[in-house]
Amino acid sequence: MKKLVLLMLIAVSSMAFKLADGGYKVGDTAADFKLKNVNGKTVSLADYKAAKGYIVVFTCNHCPYAKAYESRIMDLDKKYSAKGYPVIAISPNDPVAEPADSFEKMQELASKKGYTFPYLIDETQDITRAYGAKATPHVYVLQKTAAGNVVKYIGAIDDDTENTKADKVKYVEGAVNALLSGKQPQVTATKAIGCSIKWKKSA
Amino acid sequence: MKKIFLSLIFLAILTTGASAQVKMLSLPQLQKRISNPDTVYVVNFWATWCKPCIEELPYFEKLQATYKSQPLKVLLISMDFESKLPAVKTFARTHKLASEVYLAQRKSDQELIDAINKDWSGALPGTLIVNGKKGIRKFQEQEFTYDELNKLYQTNK
Repeated sequence: MKKLVLLMLIAVSSMAFKLADGGYKVGDTAADFKLKNVNGKTVSLADYKAAKGYIVVFTCNHCPYAKAYESRIMDLDKKYSAKGYPVIAISPNDPVAEPADSFEKMQELASKKGYTFPYLIDETQDITRAYGAKATPHVYVLQKTAAGNVVKYIGAIDDDTENTKADKVKYVEGAVNALLSGKQPQVTATKAIGCSIKWKKSA
Repeated sequence: MKKIFLSLIFLAILTTGASAQVKMLSLPQLQKRISNPDTVYVVNFWATWCKPCIEELPYFEKLQATYKSQPLKVLLISMDFESKLPAVKTFARTHKLASEVYLAQRKSDQELIDAINKDWSGALPGTLIVNGKKGIRKFQEQEFTYDELNKLYQTNK
């Protein structure tokens, strides 16, 4: 019996590892979190009682491509927060590896730019790992359902990081618009060049 | 006469010092460039704005210099915006890059990323190693130390 329990424990823990390793795929249920916001309070997805879903953006201070997308991230919140899809920004980086991404610098940037959305620090990097974010910026559009927050889109904000194309394809807007009108997003996963996540040096 | 001679020498030093030539390279051109089965290709994807990329560039240069008598070719593919060609050229010149440097010409990031490796998230830096003779084509989404890079080459050459 003891052996069986042990075996089951091993099986469960290896499953957990497997999940954490690959991160979420479209259709998975995303974990909620309790992360520290730049205002010092903790934020969870569950705090947003009226939300229909979330635009979770892994982004940061230092990355030039995150900077390139910053105003577009701010616009997403302005456009979709009132419609039920607020932006939740999470900085995944280890401030030791990248001092420009320290909590204090995050606070400075958020107040200087007047972020209308939470800018959270993932100090343990557990949420970043669970979601499977690999780069900044990296977006997860979640839809709130009875069964939990379901991942509906993973990837880039649009197909034009440089922001020069008039006919750019706005992936996140497309996904959220579809969900708001009761449809499924047509494009559910995209890729773009970004900055690698700055992981804590393992002991 | 002496002056002309001196300036000629000076010119020769300038032009041979570092290749510093940066050309645009499309995906089909890249696939062709790495198709010789007798050569091991180490292809690094980087950008002028990417700090960890810049930190590891010297290791790629060192790898090429160390094994210059072996059939190894290091290619440095910049993923900067195509409009940044002048900046990439300046970077290659000021950092005296001796390896072949290109700027990726692409319809979209995604097309290039997926063609290089399906598992690549798009985060920089990333490195592709190709050994046609042994049927090896591996992609590593990570930063390298020189020892790690040398090991990658030694185990796949």
